[in-house]
Amino acid sequence: MFGDYSLGDLGAIFAMQGFAGLILFSVYLLMALGLAIIFGQMGVINMAHGEFMILGAYVTWLTSVFFSEHLPSLFGIYFFVAMALAFCASGALGMLIEWTLIRRLYKRPLDTLLATWGLSLILQQTYRSVFGPREVGVTLPDWMMGSLPVTDVIEVQINGLFVMGLTVLITTAVFIMIFRSRFGQQVRAVVQNRQMAGAVGIDTEKVDRLTFGLGCGIAGVAGSAFTMIGSTGPTAGQLYIVDTFLIVVFGGAASLFGTIASAFSISQAQSTLEFFLSGSMAKVITLLTVVGILMLRPQGLFTLKVRR
Amino acid sequence: MKTAPSFMDRKDLLALAVLAAILLIAFPVLLDGFRLNLVGKYLTYAFVAVGLVLCWGYGGILSLGQGVFFALGGYGMAMYLKLEASSVENTKIQSTPGIPDFMDWNQLTELPWFWQPFHSLPLTILLILLVPAFFAFVIGSAMFKRRVSGVYFAIITQAIAAIATILIIGQQGYTGGVNGITDLRTLHGWDIRTDSAKFILYFVNVALLLAVVCFAMFVRDSKLGRILVAMREKEDRVRFSGYSVANFQIFVFCLAGVFSAIGGAMFTLQVGFMSPSLVGIVPSIEMVIFTAVGGRLSIFGAIYGALAVNFAKTSLSESFPELWLLGLGGLFIAVVLVFPNGLAGIWRDYVQPSIDRAFKLRSKDPADPGHDVAKQASTLPAE
Repeated sequence: MFGDYSLGDLGAIFAMQGFAGLILFSVYLLMALGLAIIFGQMGVINMAHGEFMILGAYVTWLTSVFFSEHLPSLFGIYFFVAMALAFCASGALGMLIEWTLIRRLYKRPLDTLLATWGLSLILQQTYRSVFGPREVGVTLPDWMMGSLPVTDVIEVQINGLFVMGLTVLITTAVFIMIFRSRFGQQVRAVVQNRQMAGAVGIDTEKVDRLTFGLGCGIAGVAGSAFTMIGSTGPTAGQLYIVDTFLIVVFGGAASLFGTIASAFSISQAQSTLEFFLSGSMAKVITLLTVVGILMLRPQGLFTLKVRR
Repeated sequence: MKTAPSFMDRKDLLALAVLAAILLIAFPVLLDGFRLNLVGKYLTYAFVAVGLVLCWGYGGILSLGQGVFFALGGYGMAMYLKLEASSVENTKIQSTPGIPDFMDWNQLTELPWFWQPFHSLPLTILLILLVPAFFAFVIGSAMFKRRVSGVYFAIITQAIAAIATILIIGQQGYTGGVNGITDLRTLHGWDIRTDSAKFILYFVNVALLLAVVCFAMFVRDSKLGRILVAMREKEDRVRFSGYSVANFQIFVFCLAGVFSAIGGAMFTLQVGFMSPSLVGIVPSIEMVIFTAVGGRLSIFGAIYGALAVNFAKTSLSESFPELWLLGLGGLFIAVVLVFPNGLAGIWRDYVQPSIDRAFKLRSKDPADPGHDVAKQASTLPAE
């Protein structure tokens, strides 16, 4: 399959596909980060995670419409406002859901799965009723359009670069929050031993709620970033949920480093294969490989030893 | 000391008789041909739901990929019917006569090797039963031997359902792509599109379903069924007692897969096509909700659950398409939060006691394995 291309072409192809893969990696990672926090740290299966992401995307779209109509002079920076709003909206909804639904089901993980699937159906229908069944796309500010030429044949899009930068920033923030802050310490304490954490004075219920809200908020930011590279429809979230869960499981459920590594390998494999095979076969081969590896090594790439 | 429930006690026989009366007498008498065919279609999902009762309700293994097994059965039957419909005379106008039309459209010039066995009806029936069992065995032995269970198993089976859909849609030349396999005509020379054929197929379907129900009850009431419940509650203790937990899990997963495949084959026969829209994540998880609504511990409940949810779906989505998704979503949440034992639980807790009082019957057998779980579920912390 490499026969038709010269060595230089191949290099360019790999570079371009690698870059496309990096954009995919950013979206996967942002989605998976929220899920890794909720699933890995709390053990809750949130099938509505994609819908929290779409909420962030719709909030971004609403903000862009608002800015272009009322504050056109500030349109260049609307995205930063939108991102903050998306985080707050998704996070608040997440905390509400945790309070009304999830906390009753901590002892029944499989039932959480069904209940959150039901939630995702309700949210999808709500989006369809409120925003219409058609996909919406945001208008990018001028500075985000266009691409930077690296060599004669290789170009990189600015919005892609922006999303990547954003991903690095958010991932760093999450790491600092989980591994350096007092809140992160409490989260990890609750994960490792809920009863002892409660006994030393941590309000475990509050930590649960904030953790769930944080995970959903990050999903909202992911949705916000998602609008930079694609359009948003009511069911767009469902397309990503399986991939995202596989990424989290493949990385090792409780390991945030594992999540990054698996998001990277899956997105790179998929986008490189996509050039040579059809898109669907690239996805099938990638997913099959991941499932196959998971069957041989169910604990995922990286594991964290936790006393259960 | 509680006695183990015997196979087919009076209560089961009564329930079986009621089910048979509804399916074999009431529906054919009351419903016209179109509606009866629709009920037949719903009942093919009941095969999956009964399998899930054993696998999920009793064994504690939630599979979100039952649509794959349903499809293996359905596509197996559809491939046989399609080959019969694509005889050389029927397909004279194609550039390669004698192969299914969608293969011709996709520039295939000969039948792929895995289509060859489906020329023969006995071989087709054998493959409909064996291929899903084999797949379930491979998936099951890979996972259960490594002690993967619960949530991880659910996620991986869901991923398999997603892969299967993408594969079927992508490989248009071999599978008919997104349209599936359509334009099916005869089964061994017998036209299945006529009203009388549909009527007969309905009864074949019900007979198979009743047989599957009896077999499921047999498994449930055997020692195997007791081990399944024990495994669900405390897997390690069963393992330390010297049982090979993985082998029991593999068995029940294979059984659920074969049940689903029978349902899939009957679906193709009655509805007249098979398509990837019945394979993926959404249909697979809908099949779980049939089981959950009926009551995950009740074999009969699963059948009524499949019927009830599908009736609701058809009538609601005809008149209020927006409401249906909201209703289905609400149903998922309600069935988990409010009545985890589904219709069967409501029946047992509210209807059965009043019937018993009316007839002064002995109260329900306390050794019912579902009973303890119901108590547990109702004492879960629910602030």
